[in-house]
Amino acid sequence: MTAKLHHLLGIKGLQPEQIHQIFETADHFKQLLNSPVKKTPSLRDLTVANLFFENSTRTRISFELAEKRLGADVLNFSSSSSSVKKGETLIDTVNNILSMKVDVVVMRHPAPGACLFLSKHINAQIVNAGDGTHEHPTQALLDAFSIREKLGSVEGKKVVIVGDILHSRVALSNIFCLQKLGAEVMVCGPATLIPRHIRELGVKVEHDLIKALNWCDVANMLRIQLERQDIRYFPSLREYSMQYGLTMDILNKLDKEITVMHPGPINRGVEISSDVADSSQSIILQQVENGVAIRMAVLFLLAQS
Amino acid sequence: MNDARILLNHQLTELIIRRFVLQLAENHGDMENLAIVGLQPRGVELSKRLYSKLKELFPESKTKYGELDNTFFRDDFRKGEIHMPRPSKINFNTEKLNIVLVDDVLFTGRTVRAGIDALMNFGRPARIELMVLIDRRYNRELPISADYTGTVVDSRQTGEFVKVEWNENNNQTWLLPQKS
Repeated sequence: MTAKLHHLLGIKGLQPEQIHQIFETADHFKQLLNSPVKKTPSLRDLTVANLFFENSTRTRISFELAEKRLGADVLNFSSSSSSVKKGETLIDTVNNILSMKVDVVVMRHPAPGACLFLSKHINAQIVNAGDGTHEHPTQALLDAFSIREKLGSVEGKKVVIVGDILHSRVALSNIFCLQKLGAEVMVCGPATLIPRHIRELGVKVEHDLIKALNWCDVANMLRIQLERQDIRYFPSLREYSMQYGLTMDILNKLDKEITVMHPGPINRGVEISSDVADSSQSIILQQVENGVAIRMAVLFLLAQS
Repeated sequence: MNDARILLNHQLTELIIRRFVLQLAENHGDMENLAIVGLQPRGVELSKRLYSKLKELFPESKTKYGELDNTFFRDDFRKGEIHMPRPSKINFNTEKLNIVLVDDVLFTGRTVRAGIDALMNFGRPARIELMVLIDRRYNRELPISADYTGTVVDSRQTGEFVKVEWNENNNQTWLLPQKS
């Protein structure tokens, strides 16, 4: 019997069976999302608060859509227009929201561990929508789900994550998720953007993009997170782009056809060129589509625990 | 299975399935505008057998076949055990079709209610009919009744449980004193 999912704080604490259960549930939601009527009343007696203490477009819209498709009442909150600016603490803010009878909290926060902290102090189910440079579990789930959809399975596949690994919560969650599903993972980027002890997680490290691409079945291109970089990790974006940017020329020179992914937002012309992003090898928009189904599955399973 | 009573043996089950097909032909003519939809999980066993019997007796008919999962529409969601969805396979347009919803046992009517809601998500059929192998009457919690019934059981206010076993050559339906 698969363990019940009470919170979704990160991929690290999940069992492989739980990930498979989320995928199977998401398959059904994807089918539902492609039927004429896209709603179900499963969560109609629940209220979900989306607390975004950090900017987001895709994730917030995707969660909101997933919640609405499941029939939940949705409360949106963003820190830029709230009392957080007046000095209120996280627990006070959330407790005030919970006293209005909220059942599930979906939170994005700039501090790593913010969701774990919250789960210990408040009485609601928590879904991590990204906590600082720590984890972004639903992104990793939808990435692996998209690989499974495109290539049939994740097991045995070789995935390279390229770019700013040091500041990326997507990279960490992806590493955990792909490894739990039996894939091999490599990270690739300039030495300054690769965490020093990352090999201990069992991933390969490569600094040469061409070698990494020749090794892999799937390349997940990450954005350079300038907003998190307090010092300069490389001379210029132009130089980064020349060394680590994925172009059609590079793709055409590989001896096999690889799948290209990107968690968004894309900086066209930096980590990925426009023609690659819009090519048939890219599954970037499928990732976004799968995001809603994955988030519906997570909320659906969470609501049953 | 002490005190268990066989309600339907294999031969009787086969006869009922044959009768169902003939009743469908009687009510729906050439059955061209008809779809048979089995309710997941247990109604599918009956609907598969019904459809193959229909194809055997009326090889020319263009009756459609589908399977339907009602998990997302259940009213006991979040009230006990975890419900995992199963695949819905409705690969046709349900608009203006006559649909026969098939399940093994009709008890409280709640499963069928959820099934009707799930079916409506695929479009607006002309008519939905209900076909069940066993009708446990006097136990309805919703105003739902079957259009085609295999047999009827009275199991009022007891813990009795109806179990349908589907095997290749030995279909049996049992009435058990309690759920095992």
